[in-house]
Amino acid sequence: MNNKEKYRKVFQETFEISGEQIDNAEYTVTAGWDSVGHMTLVAALEDEFDIMMDTDDIIDFSSFEVGKQILKKYDVIIDE
Amino acid sequence: MNDILKILPYSLTKQEKDRLLTRRLRELTGYHREHCRTYQKILDMLDVKEEQISSYEELPFLPVRLFKDMELRSIEKEEVFKTMTSSGTTGQTVSKIFLDRQTSMNQQKTLVKIVSDFTGKSRLPMLIIDCPSVVKNRAMFSARGAGILGFSILASDRQYALDDDMRLDLEGVRAFLKKHPGERILLFGFTFMIWQYFYKELQKNPGCIDLSNAVMIHGGGWKKLQSEAVEPQEFKRRLQEVCGLSDIHDYYGMVEQTGCIYMQCECGHLHASIFSDVIMRRMKDFSICDIGEKGVIQVVSLLPESYPGHSILTEDEGVVLGVDDCPCGRKGKYFKVLGRIKNAEIRGCSDTYEKQ
Repeated sequence: MNNKEKYRKVFQETFEISGEQIDNAEYTVTAGWDSVGHMTLVAALEDEFDIMMDTDDIIDFSSFEVGKQILKKYDVIIDE
Repeated sequence: MNDILKILPYSLTKQEKDRLLTRRLRELTGYHREHCRTYQKILDMLDVKEEQISSYEELPFLPVRLFKDMELRSIEKEEVFKTMTSSGTTGQTVSKIFLDRQTSMNQQKTLVKIVSDFTGKSRLPMLIIDCPSVVKNRAMFSARGAGILGFSILASDRQYALDDDMRLDLEGVRAFLKKHPGERILLFGFTFMIWQYFYKELQKNPGCIDLSNAVMIHGGGWKKLQSEAVEPQEFKRRLQEVCGLSDIHDYYGMVEQTGCIYMQCECGHLHASIFSDVIMRRMKDFSICDIGEKGVIQVVSLLPESYPGHSILTEDEGVVLGVDDCPCGRKGKYFKVLGRIKNAEIRGCSDTYEKQ
């Protein structure tokens, strides 16, 4: 599985969403992605990519798209 | 606000901080005047002209009770992203604080900046001295749930120490400690819960867990422990006795100004960060107390944009102990909270768990 697939899988499993719902996933908009869901998502991403994010990045992680940029800092490249 | 968040929380001298507070609080007063009709009426009634004010100490303060009696918002209903409620016990009315995403995010960032000054920059495995169900109701956040979620962001891994029947899950705690050998552990909880459901259980079997390498942060007030005659010093001593825990920090904070908590330093003093301040006022005329003189606590915060809660008169009494010269090295005011003023409704986060 490449990074993109892994990244999508985390969203799919955390929020039980699929397809376009994943691409459009956004904090407080996607059902389940509230402050509790946020911590679950962060934990799942950290497990999947074996990284430890800074608190500022966790707070700024507000959507599927924004997340890609943030993960770059940890050398996790989602879009080739 | 983004620039303010880059300043280290205890780095400004009185003069620098006064300038920052005055500028931002004057701006917030004007902002809320424009966006909250009720607030505007209050300012008009008091004949406040914020642009003529030379110090933030001259700005008006709303009694905290107002947030219970009224719904004060500076945003449209549709923009409300989270409603926080204070911890009201049965029969008491609760404060309702309306947050949009921006204010909520700034609160979270501020909390992280303040707490990291005490726990270090890296995230730590966190043991939450509470039960998992406290964060289950996601639509309405109680002060307790909000506190736990706010601190959770500082955690690299999380474990609840209590089950939903408020029993200590000693096995779970042990397994968690075993999973993180040699790591510093962050313990978080509300003062009364820690005493009642954590300490009292450990007391039955002292030394059953070793937390000598942990740091504890607790808040929510002492009211309920006063009835058991447990003083802060005693609380610390007894915890150290049963599990070796020595690094313990109380904090003072309220749901009306979430994020801007006042952490207790190594010298036992509560500290105001650059994101907020306390002003002690004399009961008789609300003039400002001298250092060392007891008064009602006014709190100001640079964060509230979605509700006019940037300057509030609490129902607590306290005393400023000094400014910029605490032996711990942190700048800003340091102070002590003495408790509720007489006749005020009794309230405190950790006091709302009624034994069933």
